[in-house]
Amino acid sequence: MPHFVIIGNSAAAIGAIEGFRRIDSDSKITLISDEPHHTYGRPLISYLLLGKTDRERMLYRPADFYEKNGVTAKLGARATKIDAAAKTVALDSGETVSYDKLLYGAGSSPFVPPMDGLEDVKRKYTFQTLDSALALGEALTEVGANARVLIIGAGLIGLKCAEGIREKCASITFVDLADRVLPSILDAQASDIIKSACEAEGLAFRLGTSVASFTENTATLATGEKLEFDILVLAVGVRPNTALLKDAGVKVERGVVIDEFSRTSNTDIYAAGDCCEQKDVVTGESRIMAVLPNAYMQGEAAGLNAAGVSVQFDKAFPLNAIGFFGKHVLSAGFYDGEETAIVEGNNYKKFFVRDNKLRGFILIGSKHPEDGEIPAYERAGIITDLIRRGTDLSTVDFKLLTQHPALAAFGQDVRREYLGEEH
Amino acid sequence: MKRVYVNENRCLGCHLCEYYCAFAATGQSDMSRALKGKKIRPRIHIEEVPNSDITFAVSCRHCVEPLCVKGCISGALTKTDGVISVDRDKCVSCYTCVLSCPYGCLVQSESGVVDKCQLCLQTAEGTPRCVDGCINAAIIYEER
Repeated sequence: MPHFVIIGNSAAAIGAIEGFRRIDSDSKITLISDEPHHTYGRPLISYLLLGKTDRERMLYRPADFYEKNGVTAKLGARATKIDAAAKTVALDSGETVSYDKLLYGAGSSPFVPPMDGLEDVKRKYTFQTLDSALALGEALTEVGANARVLIIGAGLIGLKCAEGIREKCASITFVDLADRVLPSILDAQASDIIKSACEAEGLAFRLGTSVASFTENTATLATGEKLEFDILVLAVGVRPNTALLKDAGVKVERGVVIDEFSRTSNTDIYAAGDCCEQKDVVTGESRIMAVLPNAYMQGEAAGLNAAGVSVQFDKAFPLNAIGFFGKHVLSAGFYDGEETAIVEGNNYKKFFVRDNKLRGFILIGSKHPEDGEIPAYERAGIITDLIRRGTDLSTVDFKLLTQHPALAAFGQDVRREYLGEEH
Repeated sequence: MKRVYVNENRCLGCHLCEYYCAFAATGQSDMSRALKGKKIRPRIHIEEVPNSDITFAVSCRHCVEPLCVKGCISGALTKTDGVISVDRDKCVSCYTCVLSCPYGCLVQSESGVVDKCQLCLQTAEGTPRCVDGCINAAIIYEER
């Protein structure tokens, strides 16, 4: 019986376990994770600080998950080396684990660029793991409600962090080299909407600039402005954790290169999640698409293939669903091609079409729509599916879809298939 | 596995299924008392094809490969014995499922957390109320 070994304990790892166990209920599975926690929903750490969830409810799978799936979980154990020839993983405890098939789902780590004087800042935090969120929460408790927070990076991690801690501090100021918020998932107009919503909550922004130097409680910007703070959050970006596979001779570009079976360049090693790059379904180019649904499905494909069946996941593309201070943003795909914008009431919608196919979209609506108002995000998945399937837009009522996503926009044959057959 | 199937040739567009769905969620015994004057948030909804008289009902397909469950960031959406259900205590209202479902079948509840068709298995009757309430057999619950 093969031994399936998994490095990682988030969506990619859980997808791999669930995929593997669908086929193989007997073989041994060992999971290795440097985090000492039961699997938890990683994006939920901001909701934890916000009080919208708690440690128990944020478990990604039930407490008996490992036991029920026959998984030996080595939690708090760090993999230090992979020997691809001997097919072993060395742990920091000195133990060596042999594998027949390996899934590498080591995720990514916060990227902290060198900044002058950063070492003098005592209360500095990143925001990516449960432990980092708990540490930030403790710091806020220590400093108290007068805490002034400075966040470097106005991207997804920084903004979600701000939402999580807004009620626990006196002020939050962002510094970002980019000239707008969330440049990776929004266009300029949508960035303005979200920035305004944040400013209405008292958040302040210093965009298009950077920190020239730090002292313990002061950041001096490139503009010369000095910002006082009690707590510093570093949310500049993340880097994929690829070192172990690179050292093992596995092909790594920006991320670990995987195919549609989640195979790396080594036949016995699969990889999945934020550490990977894969061809996206829209452009066919290999890229990192570090969002949870892709991680789960790459992991699931790895698990199924490791168990001996041939199953592809070749539908990866960027997609994000996220709320910020009363606004909800849903986006998918790529923002090139001909643009169609619809701005009505609280709703902002933008669609990008190229070669008669939907390339991407951005939808922003109010979390609390007014009476009679249909929020922009309602039934958005119907539009997402146009990207996933590469649907020829001449076969659908695209105008209707941009107004109100509905299956009525498809032909009768498609509706019959969707609603009259098993999926 | 029994599922809800829809025949648009028989649908009258009467919206009764939506009311039965909303009523089922109340757990009450008198429909008019339960729903009168209230904004309903059904998990099934009637669509109309523009410039035609075609109408049809859409509710969760309980997919074999459910994108909503696979994409759920909190583990709130699960599939057990072929039925996809949502743990509303675990849902943080991120709407990744709304963005993922090709059929548009995850809905926003009054509190903001996600709601969806769970085939009325939790009701006293234990079978989909929309099916039992459909007056023209346009919605059927069967194995195909």
